[in-house]
Amino acid sequence: MSDRILSVEGLEVSLPVPTGTLNAVQGVSFHVERGETVCIVGESGCGKSLTALAIMDLLPKRARRTARELTLLGEPIIGVSESAMSDLRGNRMAMIFQEPMTSLNPAYTIGNQLEEALLRHRKVSRAQARERAVHLLERVGITAAGQRLRQYPHQLSGGLRQRVMIAMALMTGPDLIIADEPTTALDVTIQAQILHLLAELQREFHMGLVLITHDLGVVARIATRVVVMYAGQVVETGTAAEVFGAPRHPYTRGLLDCIPIPGKTKRGERLGTIPGMVPSLVGHMQGCHFAGRCNYVVDACREAPISLTATPGGAHQVRCIRADELIGERATAREDVA
Amino acid sequence: MAIFALKRLGVAILVALTVSLITFSMVYISGDPAITIAGEGARIEDIENIRRFYGFDRPIFVQYLEWLWNAIHGDLGRSFSLRVPVADVIFERLPTTMLLGACAITFGLTLAIPLGVLAAVKPNSIFDRAALTLAVVGQAMPTFWFGLTLILVFGVMLRWLPITGQDSWWNFVMPAVALGYNVAPAVMRLTRAGMLEVLASDYIRTARAKGLRPMTVLFKHALRNAVIPVVALAAVQFGFMLGGSIVIETIFQINGLGYLAWESIQRKDLPMMQAIVLILSIIYVVITFLADMLNAFLDPRIRVT
Repeated sequence: MSDRILSVEGLEVSLPVPTGTLNAVQGVSFHVERGETVCIVGESGCGKSLTALAIMDLLPKRARRTARELTLLGEPIIGVSESAMSDLRGNRMAMIFQEPMTSLNPAYTIGNQLEEALLRHRKVSRAQARERAVHLLERVGITAAGQRLRQYPHQLSGGLRQRVMIAMALMTGPDLIIADEPTTALDVTIQAQILHLLAELQREFHMGLVLITHDLGVVARIATRVVVMYAGQVVETGTAAEVFGAPRHPYTRGLLDCIPIPGKTKRGERLGTIPGMVPSLVGHMQGCHFAGRCNYVVDACREAPISLTATPGGAHQVRCIRADELIGERATAREDVA
Repeated sequence: MAIFALKRLGVAILVALTVSLITFSMVYISGDPAITIAGEGARIEDIENIRRFYGFDRPIFVQYLEWLWNAIHGDLGRSFSLRVPVADVIFERLPTTMLLGACAITFGLTLAIPLGVLAAVKPNSIFDRAALTLAVVGQAMPTFWFGLTLILVFGVMLRWLPITGQDSWWNFVMPAVALGYNVAPAVMRLTRAGMLEVLASDYIRTARAKGLRPMTVLFKHALRNAVIPVVALAAVQFGFMLGGSIVIETIFQINGLGYLAWESIQRKDLPMMQAIVLILSIIYVVITFLADMLNAFLDPRIRVT
């Protein structure tokens, strides 16, 4: 059996907007093997969340989704019936959302909502489902799990609710978990706990994990592979060591310059910023999407679409025509401009 | 939950008492009751006798407390015109009105809630627009006019349904429809708005992410939350319907409280009118209380407040 859990090839998502068509995701490709953590990073609005929703087939109704290939455990998950999709959702693949405060139904107990995830997909009794729920709540670090089952979402804090969401995603023992910025809405002190928990569970259950996050520090520690997205496209992808050790796209380097490195960044030194704004994705864009904010832009960058090219002998891919000549150059205008 | 129920019950009793005070004062607001009973042109001595006989000469709060005490014990006074205990007449007529009300609200809700859900599932579709048009037309039609139209079409022209009386269930069809359709537009629109909001919420996305079937998502996860404001509205609408039953029962000649109210107004039978208003108000208070309880059951967050 192949250990490839998820394969995404040429995923496109577009949304009709009053001014035209918003091409939110443009030809995104990546894959997840069993036991891997793939991190998708990028600024808000770069298409990360829509990529996740497109995989789950949970896009808003008006959105259009196409892909050359979209498979889960080797089976296509695009162009299949809604009922076939709902058999997979919450079963073989589960999702954890950004907003724990509003992602649980206020009208039902935690227990009810945990159990129904299992009862929908497995022939088990309610008592067995309850047992599994208690077990998983304990596993995600919730004490007095038996009593928690009888509580309602409004009686729990945000951190607890996100733990419940994680336990819920694990109910059926899925092969793939997609976590869309699972810690953005939480207190800083709890963020690290939740991310460590996810990494731990991913190893323990031997799943594939797609983690969408802003937190590059976490990415560096837990990612097997990293997908850097900018304005709807993958601009760089590779192993964590490749992307963090030798970033090749000016945008990736810009992102990495935005975070301080203990011991390396001197006190009082200015952190990098990437000037400018993400371009609008309405309509078609000529050339490199990052051209408008890049320090190394040349005329050729704006002329034709730039393709994602692999570096010789590796899975490290970059969407930049000057990648090779820029090795060794500083990333952002930390000194040049400031 | 128990504390919430007790609090609500306390409020309900308070409201019922206030209503009783207002109903009691009705008699005095509408003029000297002794003169009303005696009729115009009666002799002073007769009016005095009547005043003493009914106890109108005593201090008003004593009269109120006595009336309240008696009312609590099921004695609502004697009818001026029928010369029988008001309570007997009322409890004879009450089941008919309650039956009509139950039929009407059932009709209204079973029409409005599914329509509202369907309209929300396919917003801006032809179906949604049709339902909206129906709602506007429904809201614009006065109850009495709609009742008369029903009689004309189904009673006189088609001869499908009996026009008046209450001998069989068929007699209740037209009055229940005429009374209940009025509830439907507002309930439908609130259900639609509520469903639209709930269906766009994060927890519905979670439910779908769990792979739950569309019907489970719609009815277990969405409708239960969307229907919470509808319950409160339906209770208010039921109150309006009790008032509307005066017109409808008169049009369809149904011997209920509404018809009795109309008769009593014509005969200036004050104790009777007083008692009818009191009973209808108390029914309304009870319905509101039940609606609160139902909402607390539906939404656990309400229970703690």
